[in-house]
Amino acid sequence: MEEMTSTMAESGAREYLTFTLGKEEYGMDILKVQEIRGYDAVTSIANAPQFLKGVINLRGVIVPIIDMRIKFNLGTVAYDEFTVVIIINVLGRVIGMVVDGVSDVVSLLPDQIKPPPEFGTGIDTQYITGIGTSNGQMLILTDIEKLMGGADMQLVENSADNHLDLAA
Amino acid sequence: MSADLSQFFQVFFDESTEHLAEMERILLSIDPHAPDEEELHAVFRAAHSIKGGAATFGFGDMASTTHTLESLLDRVRHQELTLTAEMVDAFLETKDAIAMLLAGHRDNTPVDEAVVASACNKLRSIEGGEHHPAVEPVTDGAEALSTKSPDGTTEYRIVFTPPADLFKRGVRVEPLFEELVSLGELSVTARVEVFDDFNTYDPEQCYLCWDMTLLSAARLEELSDIFMFVADEDEIEIQIVEPASLHKESPALPETDSINNDNVSNPSPESPGRRLYDKNETAPNAFGRRPVDGTESSSIRVGVSKVDQLINQMGELVITQAMLAQTAQQFDPVLYESLHRGMALLQRNTRDLQESVMSIRMMPISFIFSRFPRLVHDLAAKLGKQAELKLVGETTELDKGLIEKLADPLTHLVRNSLDHGIESPEERRQAGKQPGGTIILRAAQTGGRIVIEVIDDGAGLNRSRILQKALENGLAVSDEMSDEEVWQLIFAPGFSTAEKVTDVSGRGVGMDVVMKNVQAMGGRVSITSESGKGSRVLVSLPLTLAILDGLSVRVGSETFIVPLNSIIESLQPQPDDLNTVSGNTTVRVRGEYLPLLRLNEIYSIKGAVAQPEQAVVMIVDAEGEQVALLVDELLNQHQVVIKSLETNYRKVDGTAGATILGDGHVALILDVGDLVHLWRKAPQI
Repeated sequence: MEEMTSTMAESGAREYLTFTLGKEEYGMDILKVQEIRGYDAVTSIANAPQFLKGVINLRGVIVPIIDMRIKFNLGTVAYDEFTVVIIINVLGRVIGMVVDGVSDVVSLLPDQIKPPPEFGTGIDTQYITGIGTSNGQMLILTDIEKLMGGADMQLVENSADNHLDLAA
Repeated sequence: MSADLSQFFQVFFDESTEHLAEMERILLSIDPHAPDEEELHAVFRAAHSIKGGAATFGFGDMASTTHTLESLLDRVRHQELTLTAEMVDAFLETKDAIAMLLAGHRDNTPVDEAVVASACNKLRSIEGGEHHPAVEPVTDGAEALSTKSPDGTTEYRIVFTPPADLFKRGVRVEPLFEELVSLGELSVTARVEVFDDFNTYDPEQCYLCWDMTLLSAARLEELSDIFMFVADEDEIEIQIVEPASLHKESPALPETDSINNDNVSNPSPESPGRRLYDKNETAPNAFGRRPVDGTESSSIRVGVSKVDQLINQMGELVITQAMLAQTAQQFDPVLYESLHRGMALLQRNTRDLQESVMSIRMMPISFIFSRFPRLVHDLAAKLGKQAELKLVGETTELDKGLIEKLADPLTHLVRNSLDHGIESPEERRQAGKQPGGTIILRAAQTGGRIVIEVIDDGAGLNRSRILQKALENGLAVSDEMSDEEVWQLIFAPGFSTAEKVTDVSGRGVGMDVVMKNVQAMGGRVSITSESGKGSRVLVSLPLTLAILDGLSVRVGSETFIVPLNSIIESLQPQPDDLNTVSGNTTVRVRGEYLPLLRLNEIYSIKGAVAQPEQAVVMIVDAEGEQVALLVDELLNQHQVVIKSLETNYRKVDGTAGATILGDGHVALILDVGDLVHLWRKAPQI
């Protein structure tokens, strides 16, 4: 087994955490994942986008929670004991994202990843890095860092908000 | 003016040591051919801060030495002079001299004035564009310059007597010779100096001395530079052979008996001036370090991150304790008496621990404020001005980390106010003001922020001069800029409108430092100024990691924390007291009509009580004006630890951060002032 992993590493294979949103299977770089936990009650934030459910207390750190199902318009949005939150570490921040479920960790070689298809307009494909296959099922690989840093996520304060407050 | 400054000496010494270390780190890493501008600014700022502090505490020698250093640095920074390796060396030498002076003030260690003077001379000669050999190891300096032979070359006689441990220190000799050869014609003779017999021969020791004759156009200090990192001054002798004596039988041959065995085996423990760092690096007094003695200081400096960690863990402990206490409630006190006793003990211990941990960080701002009366007094005398300093709100508690970082910016602001703001007594009289100016230093905690103001009743900022200066400095400006925008220009690095550079201010470094330091703390700086009436600089800092007394309130299913110090009173309004003004509800409280802010509407919370007469109205103070906040009910009073929302998310309008409640949930802390802004901006219903 160890041998297998090392040969995989040599050949440039990368590991992906796969998760489901509705009927679709997604994958993200496992190195960005800090932990996986259940969904807890959140403190909602006023005037925030719909998909920002609020913030939670993660061992003393205030972490925003984003519901990917709302963000991607996928699946039914219900919160029960099976709802999973993936805590990720991107852009020097800790962010929690709600998904329908976490399935597996798969290793993919670069040649196992196909370029994403062109959809025209409608689905935002700019965050999709490629399409992989795991156990015969299609896997949509996402660039989670780019996704979270996007302006539409409103997670990172834009420069216009940062200007000096001169109302002294 | 009898403020006892000695209690701050330690802080000054520690800060200066840090600044010096930083300066050295940068200077050692800087590339003289392509210096990074930002690094030059950083070195300059470090020097400026040391100078400011030294002047404040009356260490004139340190201030003047640093001033010399700063002057040259300033010209380099403005690209009037190009940085050379020689300059970097001179800077480092001066830095060592300053460190020595610092050690002198701190530990009363002996100070070698000659070294200080030589470092200063070196700097001045570089600045003056002349190259007097400032450090002449062994020469009669007077003749040194006049001994060039007609073809411009000088004959040097060099005797290099390396210490026995030369090779152990990792020094290679060949490159030295190569470097000398590159300067001119070199002939070398090696001598075996200290060598008894082969039985005691140690192959790792150096037993050789070299006599060299060099014909070169290079200057003396170029030669000494080559040996700088290799030899102490008594290990190398460089002499200039007089042209007249060229044909004589080497009259200036160095006395070889000065190089005795002692000298080689025990290479001069004392050579305080020259580059202590290339050798005695670990010596107790090197770099002005405090010698290790029995009297260790009674305080330790700990990284702020460690304290932060401690506070975070403390917060976790409090939450865990609250959780346990809640669970323990379910057990019958009669059957589980010892459990309940234990829980009570745990609660008390946790609270004590929390108080101790918090007290590590909190300090009254008087710690920095009280150093200013002296500063203003001395400075006013120096500038021939009359000024009075008023301190307001000295007991405001502030995070220690912030206090330390505030010292530099505040010093600069006060100095600037006095130097640029307050006019001379005659000018003031002409303007119809009291001859003596007033500077007010005020600190207050308003809602979620600490606000520190430096107010003077001087001449105010000169808009046209700032604009003109900005144009000269190549900044993008236009006449249509608002006053606020114009005032912001003075925060640009190297910006100064002072007509003459004094050692007080005018280099334009002050505001630059202020801005950088305050921004690093997550704060903002703003200026208001009125020509002829004075100006006010407002530094507003976030309350990160400070603790706050707050009242938790419920709105719908949400819990908020309202800072206790902004609450005036809470009441249940009578229907008669409620009126509307063009649709907006007002509450009458003792004859005053206050606008009613409905938290549930501002934060779109469903399920809150809509009828004010069935809910609770809190009268709060929002930056001087009173407003009424509508909440469902008041829950509890707590001390809460403020956690930043920005760490992982972004600032949320109307809040000063968040905190974690006893049940582990997050509650937002309201910033009442900001909330009012938010409410005004929102479309009214």
